[in-house]
Amino acid sequence: MGFALTIAIRFLREGRFQSLLIIVGVAAGVAVVTYISALVEGLQGNTIRRTLGTQAHIVVKPFEEKSLPSLVARPGELVARDIQPRAQRPRSIDNWRSLATEIAATPGIVAVTPIAAGAGLAIRGEASRSVAMIGIELDSYDRIVALREKIIEGVARVAPGEAMIGQQLAEDLGVSIGERIVLRTGGEAADTFKVSAIFDLGNRDLNRRNVYITLKSAQSLFNIPGGVTNIYATVTELFSADHTAALLKQRTGADIESWMESNAQLLAALDAQTISTRLIRGFTTLVVMLGIASVLVVSVVQKRKEIGILRAMGATRAQMTRVFLMQGGIVGLVGSVLGAVLAKLLLWAFSMFVLGSDGKPLFMTELPLDLAVTVTLVATMCGVLAAAAPARSAAKLDPAQAIRL
Amino acid sequence: MSERAELLRMSGVCKSYGVGTPVAAEVLHSVDLAIGQGEFVALIGPSGSGKSTLLNIIGLLEPMSSGEYLLQGRSVASLSDTELTRCRSDTLGFVFQFHHLLPAFSALENVLMPAMIRTGRFSDADRQHGLSLLDRVGLKAAADKKPGELSGGMQQRVAIARALVRSSPLVLADEPTGNLDTHSADEVFALMRQFNRDEGTTFLIVTHDPRLAQRCDRIVELVDGRVRPTDVHDMAASKA
Repeated sequence: MGFALTIAIRFLREGRFQSLLIIVGVAAGVAVVTYISALVEGLQGNTIRRTLGTQAHIVVKPFEEKSLPSLVARPGELVARDIQPRAQRPRSIDNWRSLATEIAATPGIVAVTPIAAGAGLAIRGEASRSVAMIGIELDSYDRIVALREKIIEGVARVAPGEAMIGQQLAEDLGVSIGERIVLRTGGEAADTFKVSAIFDLGNRDLNRRNVYITLKSAQSLFNIPGGVTNIYATVTELFSADHTAALLKQRTGADIESWMESNAQLLAALDAQTISTRLIRGFTTLVVMLGIASVLVVSVVQKRKEIGILRAMGATRAQMTRVFLMQGGIVGLVGSVLGAVLAKLLLWAFSMFVLGSDGKPLFMTELPLDLAVTVTLVATMCGVLAAAAPARSAAKLDPAQAIRL
Repeated sequence: MSERAELLRMSGVCKSYGVGTPVAAEVLHSVDLAIGQGEFVALIGPSGSGKSTLLNIIGLLEPMSSGEYLLQGRSVASLSDTELTRCRSDTLGFVFQFHHLLPAFSALENVLMPAMIRTGRFSDADRQHGLSLLDRVGLKAAADKKPGELSGGMQQRVAIARALVRSSPLVLADEPTGNLDTHSADEVFALMRQFNRDEGTTFLIVTHDPRLAQRCDRIVELVDGRVRPTDVHDMAASKA
């Protein structure tokens, strides 16, 4: 290897301008691939984070109440019947405590929290708004939806008789911290709550709709004493949520859905983005490899005499092959390291100069180390691969002819 | 010559180019040649007589079309390319007409190149050996200079040092003085003679220069792809 490396480096240094051009070419290609990959990764991560910021990864729902026909047609009979779907009212999940314990014990599940939620009205004086009343245990809920860090006013707390409401709802009803609102369910059950905190979930609709109260208050409002309507859970591996959900569904028989099912459209969009990124990556890689190959093809022609001399002095065909493979590898390695640095600069510039309406960077774009390492390794391998054809022609060169030139 | 051990023997060596095409040409016709160890032989002949081809075949750079070639008693006809390369590396040194040094390497590195090809590095011991060789060709001071900074005669002296770095028993020189002025040519020739005397290295020198050829132990003349037999005996006789 020492021979091949020494000669490869000298050959590259000798063809200074040529080597420089192709290394810059590789760097540009690698920078584009790395930059786009990091950007899309950041964008997708950000999109998912925003989407899941107010969602649980896995949700257990109560079974829907179904109407069953009371008349069954026997063979040979016809039955005229009209089955109306039943109105769904807040219902508790059967045996939710043991179910929650079982889910919490499942590998891959990080946190579990019970929810008692239903629709209703928030009323203050003349103003009323339709809201979703969500009864929570703040500590365990916070581990699933980081509610505490979204509080913009007041104290993150749900005590009996207190409610946390969103920014928009507070504006709509004209309430501030310490003031009271009435929450009423469809079933005429109502209670008065003091506003303990105002939050911003980063989404106006949710800020208008969500009202957080204690689990107990919700249970009594919806008339499901001791019951819960949902169980929320978080997983470690975001994209294995559907597997975990399917597994739990199979094991417990409960109605369990993952975020991947409820956000199928978003995932499809992200997939399309991923495929486009791969295409860009693939074509850029191809162009870079063709560049390396063409430079080395020229180099073999230019170095005919030297190759002949080396062969005459005892270099084998295999050694000459390695000299050129090594050149491809070095170009790939040096180019990709430069490219990674360039990508880092581009990402920095992106986060500095492309700002959202709030003056903050649109989203965090960093160059993940594993991406940089992967790109460098792949580029080096592609360099070696691109050098294969030139290396072959260098090895095939007839030394006697090469020297005569 | 009879007391010398035989270094190489060729019998009935033929070389044709373009066999099976309309321009097929036989360049060498049944060449018989034997060279003993320590000989200093000139190979002469008019342009196109096949000198370079014969030298390439002896140097294992080109295969022969037919015939037998024993190098140090070993038949080379059946060797693979890698075996031929190893054999070349162990047995042969080359000095070319256009000095053919590697421009990217210093004079010393050029001298060491045949050793580096085998070991993969420029070792300190090799460096010392290379420096002493450069010293012997009078170029110790130019060890770190690139070939482009040296005159033609100096480059050819570097090439001679390079041909000798692995103590090859046979050095093949293709018009080694062809591009040099008389003074440099004499210097280069004297150096080869000196190594022949001191180290017992065998030299086979292709030359156009009758003046230099006369100063060799023996002249082999190639005419129309054949060795002219009389010359061989004449020169051997006159030398003895």
